[in-house]
Amino acid sequence: MSELSHARASRSSAPEGDKRPLPASLRRNAPLVPVDSAGGQALAAVIAILTFLAALCAGGAELVASSSTQWRSDIAREVTIQIRPNPQRSIEDDVARAVALARQTPGVEETQAFSKAESERLLEPWLGTGLDFNDLPVPRLIVLKLQAEAKPDFTKLRQALRDQIPGASLDDHALWVSRLSTMANTIIGVGVILVALVLLAAGLAVTFATRGAMAGNREVVDVLHFVGASDDFIAREFQRRFFKLGLRGSMVGAGAALAMTVTLGFVTRSWRASPAGDQLEALFGSFSIGWRGYAVVILIALAVALITGIVSRLTVRRFLNGNG
Amino acid sequence: MEAFYDNEFAEDAPPVVHFENVGVRYGMGPEVLRDLTFSIEPHSFQFLTGPSGAGKTTLLRLILLAVRPTRGLISLFGEDVSGISKNALTDVRRRMGVVFQDFRLLDHLTTYENVALPLRVQGKEEASYRAEVVELLRWVGLGDRMHVLPPVLSGGEKQRAAIARALIVRPDLLLADEPTGNVDPSLARRLLRLFIELNRLGTSVVIATHDFSLMDQLDVRRLVLGDGRLHIDE
Ligand SMILES: Nc1ncnc2c1ncn2[C@@H]1O[C@H](COP(=O)(O)OP(=O)(O)OP(=O)(O)O)[C@@H](O)[C@H]1O
Ligand SMILES: [Mg+2]
Repeated sequence: MSELSHARASRSSAPEGDKRPLPASLRRNAPLVPVDSAGGQALAAVIAILTFLAALCAGGAELVASSSTQWRSDIAREVTIQIRPNPQRSIEDDVARAVALARQTPGVEETQAFSKAESERLLEPWLGTGLDFNDLPVPRLIVLKLQAEAKPDFTKLRQALRDQIPGASLDDHALWVSRLSTMANTIIGVGVILVALVLLAAGLAVTFATRGAMAGNREVVDVLHFVGASDDFIAREFQRRFFKLGLRGSMVGAGAALAMTVTLGFVTRSWRASPAGDQLEALFGSFSIGWRGYAVVILIALAVALITGIVSRLTVRRFLNGNG
Repeated sequence: MEAFYDNEFAEDAPPVVHFENVGVRYGMGPEVLRDLTFSIEPHSFQFLTGPSGAGKTTLLRLILLAVRPTRGLISLFGEDVSGISKNALTDVRRRMGVVFQDFRLLDHLTTYENVALPLRVQGKEEASYRAEVVELLRWVGLGDRMHVLPPVLSGGEKQRAAIARALIVRPDLLLADEPTGNVDPSLARRLLRLFIELNRLGTSVVIATHDFSLMDQLDVRRLVLGDGRLHIDE
């Protein structure tokens, strides 16, 4: 009996400090809600896969977004004049006149007329070599490079060309640019929607897993209530547990997505010599995502982990409120 | 002996538990308990007895608010609990310590963690209670079993762990369901002394048992259940 009094007395007077040191192993603090390991592993795997997919969607969208800005600015800074050959006229004179007219237009920084040989070489990839181009009416191109930020007005130039050189036409690529923009924006929009759907799917998976864990741990939850745990405390315990699971899963998924991007970057770089590589590069730039891409992937991983934790907490609160 | 509890519970303090014509049934079954009217006073000590199946566990679960009465009024610590909010329920439970007949230790936590659980769920820092948990564990003879998971403990060891968990918060009301059912008579006496000590410090104690040799050691009030009704031996 006196021992207990001693215990009580020591409790109220000196809770800590002068006591003999206690073994550190006492600080085990295992999670209060055991999420059974099989279910936990399955959820972590689902989250890893979903994060992987979301990261690929987001990375792809980011790739398209950044390379389309580049395309657009490149293309928009060039205007071409095309001159179709006309047997009644000297095409060389027409080209020279067109260059002269273009030079008078404010905002044009540089003109580059393709010579006959150059124009023919441009066609080679499509028509092959060993063809006699003298038989073909090969049109001639003049590329006008515009000053940066300049938005020249081409109506006068267009009018002058039409009056003086039949068979000349001016293409300011506006149609192309707008088509490219639409395409790029569509791809980006689809990517964003896919990411949102994947996050939603992750949230639903967490809801089910939490409900399963709650049902499987009914006894634990009851005992926690009886020893004085509030619903909020229990919900926080579940949140902590699921946040860790989610973080583990999403890090694996994001890591896999980054590893895949890096690998693809290497592969495309080694392909660069080949025509397929050229086309891929034309479409995706150098196929390496910049720091923005990495940031997006890491943000998605964190978002997935946060969603996992918060959704499980809300699910627990709903569950506890619904069950008296 | 510390006497601060005596000041807290003045003579006219409300009863810790008050039942008024309480009846309860499980589902659509017959009334297990009916017309219960009684009080448990602050600082009191009583046995709750009756044959197996008489409803002792059910009565304790009513006090714990784990089972709601089908009729009648229950108040705890002077408050009617029929429309109690979740937060108030949590507060009430923090003032009670319970030893379940089937212990209800959490199998994935060590003995130490189980005993510390009521403090941990109140958000207390581990460093602030470690020493007292260890001390209490030593006192109930589990000093060298504290890192063991409950499935490895013997029945009597589990019982002592469950008792330690109920005592650690020094509750205002202790409900113990067959707390000596799994231990030998000398340990039963030792545990009874523990409850008496706790009572002396101000806790109201209710011990449900059908062990007459235990009850005969102490001349206190007996709540006797039979045929669903309560009879009180002062
Ligand atoms: N969850 C339940 N559902 C239905 N009936 C129940 C439930 N729990 C207990 N009962 C019934 O209520 C009656 C009282 O049971 P209770 O467990 O309170 O008895 P007890 O006095 O604690 O018995 P013992 O001394 O064996 O522990 C019994 O007839 C039992 O069958
Ligand atoms: Mg019982």
